[in-house]
Amino acid sequence: MSAIGTYFYSIFHSLYTVVVGMKITIKHIFTRSATVQYPNVKMKIPERGRNRLFVNIDDCIGCDQCAIACPVDCITIETIKSTPDMDLGMTSKNTKKRLYIPRFDIDIAKCCYCGLCVWPCPTECIVMTDVYEFSEYDRKNLIYSFSNMTAEEITAAQYRLEKYNEEQAAKKASAAAAAKESPASSTAPVMPPPIKPEPPAVEPNKG
Amino acid sequence: MEFIQSLLANQLLVSILLSAFPLVFIVLMVLVVLYTEMKVAAHIQDRVAYMRTGWHGVLQPIADMLKLLQKEDIIPTKADKLLFRVAPFIAFTGTYVAYAVLPFSSIYIGSNINLGAFFLVAAGSFVVIGILMAGWASNNKWSLIGGIRSASQMISYEIPTALAIIIVVVITGSLNLQDVTKFQDGGIGNWIVFGGPLPWTQKLILMPFTLLTFLIMFVASIAEVNRTPFDLPEAESELVQGFNTEYSGMRFAMFYLSEYANLFTVSAVVVSLFLGGWSSPFGGFMSGPVWGIFWFVIKAYMFMLMQIWLRWTLPRLRVDQLMFVSWKVLTPWLFVCLLAVGLILVI
Repeated sequence: MSAIGTYFYSIFHSLYTVVVGMKITIKHIFTRSATVQYPNVKMKIPERGRNRLFVNIDDCIGCDQCAIACPVDCITIETIKSTPDMDLGMTSKNTKKRLYIPRFDIDIAKCCYCGLCVWPCPTECIVMTDVYEFSEYDRKNLIYSFSNMTAEEITAAQYRLEKYNEEQAAKKASAAAAAKESPASSTAPVMPPPIKPEPPAVEPNKG
Repeated sequence: MEFIQSLLANQLLVSILLSAFPLVFIVLMVLVVLYTEMKVAAHIQDRVAYMRTGWHGVLQPIADMLKLLQKEDIIPTKADKLLFRVAPFIAFTGTYVAYAVLPFSSIYIGSNINLGAFFLVAAGSFVVIGILMAGWASNNKWSLIGGIRSASQMISYEIPTALAIIIVVVITGSLNLQDVTKFQDGGIGNWIVFGGPLPWTQKLILMPFTLLTFLIMFVASIAEVNRTPFDLPEAESELVQGFNTEYSGMRFAMFYLSEYANLFTVSAVVVSLFLGGWSSPFGGFMSGPVWGIFWFVIKAYMFMLMQIWLRWTLPRLRVDQLMFVSWKVLTPWLFVCLLAVGLILVI
């Protein structure tokens, strides 16, 4: 194409593209916009997504597996052993609970939402919910405490445990002392009579 | 102007009032145009904008202006202090002065000089000085490049603007914008873009040339105000903000204000010259001095909408393409139009 030809061609071609472009944009002015206006309208999120953690403390057996699994150490668990005479109840998996849990703190600000704490839990008491709007004004409010023991209960449990330990220690001490006191005691250990093998009552079948 | 003069006897007060009217108009218009631009831009891009301040965000431009007003005024250490401070005001003055000759209505025109159109072109050059000063005084390579590009662009696009004005002058016989508007009074058929109030034989032959002139003037006016696709001086993705980079707070607000005021000015000039200014398109119906302002503003607003629409449609022109368009496309075609119009009117 000659120079003049390119010149005219480029003028008309550019005008044409401008018109085409303007047609497209004006069509878009009248299409519904794609914005989700957030606080008034919320998008649906998947129900199995990994969002805020929740602990069903009635099921927790205090095994500490979730705290060990956490990569950022955001779970803090303290337990108190219960004495054999106390009944703490059963978990949903029908196992006996043996530990009091005075402290089960999750620092949700540290949590990285990896879900690694969910898998080791034997009773499936720690789960990830679909709650994602939990901002707070004060950072201290982001340390969630799931334990539901009151201060009196905690001190009572500690007291019981101490008492039980003392009793056990005392029993052990007295048993050891009793064993030491009489090296040759009158009460010799009574041995049961030796067992003689009896001949078989019936001849084994031959043939 | 005379009846306001009869209300208040003091000449000075009248002058102050009349010169304050465009200023108030600029501020209000900028608020409306800002809102329009943001909303139209958003809907073209399939999103919503500004929903939270006021109903659907109508108070947002006020919030923007308040924000700019209370920002810290940062002046770079090595910047040329005097030029840096003065530049935005020169740019704004150049824009504001052009409002003196715009015929808002049949009874209101700031200054009814016989050289209205010529004055407009001259005032446009004034803005170039302001932008060059801003670019140089910022002591910033991007600002300098932006300023120089802007200066070259504005100067080269003044040629098509002036030629288009000359074509209109050939048809109407006067540079006075009020006379040009009165010439087109009487309904849509009398508008110069459709040939002007001439016998229909002449009009039919004249119409393609006036349409072409109108189109070229529209393109040149977009380039005069540095808007996309001609916004290389403030190419936001390339030069940070061009000559605006070092400006913050009130000084930036002045540049911003002058950009939108300029937008209205060139739209208004195109409207006055080609589309009948303040005259109603229906002839007698809905016409009168007060209706005049309404029609004038509505027509200019339509043009601003078109410019906003173009902004979000087209990519930016490279600087050599810009110059090509101005010197090799717009100017030659305008000479052809001038020749044709002159011949048709003589014969």
